[in-house]
Amino acid sequence: MNRQSRFIVSILAFGYAFLYVPLVLVVVYSFNDSRIATVWGGFSVRWYGELFRNEQILDAAFLSVRIALTSATIATVLGTMAGLALARFRRFKGRTLFSGMITSPMVMPEVITGLSLLLLFVALQQTTGWPGQRGFGTITIAHTTFAMAYVAVIVQSRLMSMDESLEEAAMDLGGHPLRVVFDITLPLIAPAMAAGWLLAFTLSLDDLVIASFVSGPGSNTLPMYIFSKVKLGVSPDINALATLIIGFVSIGVFAAWLITRRKTS
Amino acid sequence: MKNFISIKGVGKHFGNFVAVDNVDLAIEKGELFSILGGSGCGKTTLLRMLAGFEVPTSGSIEIDGIDVTSQPPYERPVNMMFQSYAVFPHMSVEKNIEYGLRREKTAKKEIAKRVDEMLELVQLDDFRSRKPDQLSGGQRQRVALARALIKRPKVLLLDEPLAALDKKLRERTQFELMNIQDELGITFVVVTHDQEEAMTLSSRIAVMNNGKFEQIGTPKEIYEFPHNRFVAEFIGTINTFKGRVSAVNDEKTKVYSTEAGVTLTALGKQLVEEGQQIEVAVRPEKIFVSKDKPEDNGDVCLEGIVDDFGYLGNRSLYRIRLKSGKIVQVSSQNRRRSVTRFLTWEDRVWISWHPNSAVVLLD
Repeated sequence: MNRQSRFIVSILAFGYAFLYVPLVLVVVYSFNDSRIATVWGGFSVRWYGELFRNEQILDAAFLSVRIALTSATIATVLGTMAGLALARFRRFKGRTLFSGMITSPMVMPEVITGLSLLLLFVALQQTTGWPGQRGFGTITIAHTTFAMAYVAVIVQSRLMSMDESLEEAAMDLGGHPLRVVFDITLPLIAPAMAAGWLLAFTLSLDDLVIASFVSGPGSNTLPMYIFSKVKLGVSPDINALATLIIGFVSIGVFAAWLITRRKTS
Repeated sequence: MKNFISIKGVGKHFGNFVAVDNVDLAIEKGELFSILGGSGCGKTTLLRMLAGFEVPTSGSIEIDGIDVTSQPPYERPVNMMFQSYAVFPHMSVEKNIEYGLRREKTAKKEIAKRVDEMLELVQLDDFRSRKPDQLSGGQRQRVALARALIKRPKVLLLDEPLAALDKKLRERTQFELMNIQDELGITFVVVTHDQEEAMTLSSRIAVMNNGKFEQIGTPKEIYEFPHNRFVAEFIGTINTFKGRVSAVNDEKTKVYSTEAGVTLTALGKQLVEEGQQIEVAVRPEKIFVSKDKPEDNGDVCLEGIVDDFGYLGNRSLYRIRLKSGKIVQVSSQNRRRSVTRFLTWEDRVWISWHPNSAVVLLD
């Protein structure tokens, strides 16, 4: 091995170490018997047991998943419609404004989004009585609004690169416009919609700031719960939870890789 | 006979831009009609109006006696083969071809029968379950053709049908298209920028420029009797000589041209007046080139020098410089096999053509 390639390999190793050593540490410490998270006290799986007995964590995780599933699905439906409108209707009144408003949640600081939504919900509650309680509903709405922007952008770019004459050909062959959407457009943008859904799901599961603003007493999402626990010191069961999440994500990524490989071969 | 497709005063404006400018066109049943023109001449817009993707700003379109001007594409008895072929990438060959019939809710048995017919017609029997990305360009084109024909449309529209194929395949496909058209008797309307494609395919051609038709006629008429300079130059190459009409009668027109240095004669009655500035045009293949002065038999005969030449295998091209400096292109068939050059640079030569070959062009 010459000097140059040794240098390249060490850079690579350093880069990977920087990315993955923290994750490995979390996994290793999740099997730590000691109560103090940073001191090694022998191998044990007792924190996994503790984790599954901790109702607060389970509630928070369940709430997070429910919110992520709901908001990702609504965001995909709305975002796809917005993306279709932007890509297929070149000229309509207020198009620039519409396009700008669709994408603005992506660049808006989360604190601002969270605060403004909170103000909206409070004002709504005072005038209409809804939402009576902030929690699942309000967080789902908040997550949908910003996740929709990502879906719209992904779907729009997919549609832009798609040959418009495919849809015209279907119409030419007797397909009613709505029929064409289901026969041609949707199947062809399905991968983009799936990518958008996954991104929306991840963003929702991940979000701490916006959820903190628009949640009410008693409704903690998983990130909120973890964050509040860590403020009081890292407890070992959080490590166990983190390990489980890393495991799920890894399996998911691996499965996705397997599926795409099978499709291309 | 009543016109099958009749386009009356059709115009299409995009904002201030006039894509199609108030055109009239009549196409008969069973014709293979080409609309020929350069890019941006409005030919594709016209085709899209026939298909129903664009609504004319003015005028009306009738197909088989029915006004379709405001009919949406999915209700018209017209199908189109797109330039990109637009074969649905997520459907197999079979599913692509049967799409049109499925939308009509045709019985399953009938669909299967007609798909088989179509697959046979375009010779894709062995490919019926393939996906489009496993097909070659030529095969994809045939899928697009079969898909457009299966509904037995009254008119088939073809947008640059051969543009994406390589030369050999293009020649073969040309004849296949003509055979299919012959067999089914469907009226074809082809849009193309390729003059050769239009010449070989069509029963009639409309040459289009700036949203208007310059000339409509059979390939022969368009080539041999172009109405104006644009048509003459768009189809093939042509030599033009500027001149002034010196005499005109029912049989011939005499034009004095300083570029040619002599008086040129064109046969036939022309709608010109004495003294009018016009152009006389001759196609390169109608000019003979010889080393010796030909005997005087009424042909137009000019002296010149070989400026340049090119050997193309089946024929040779010569650029002959006249005394006035005007360059004349001559194309001559290489009938004899020979390795020595018949002519070379700066040879003194005579070029001649029969007065019948000359065309008078009005601008």
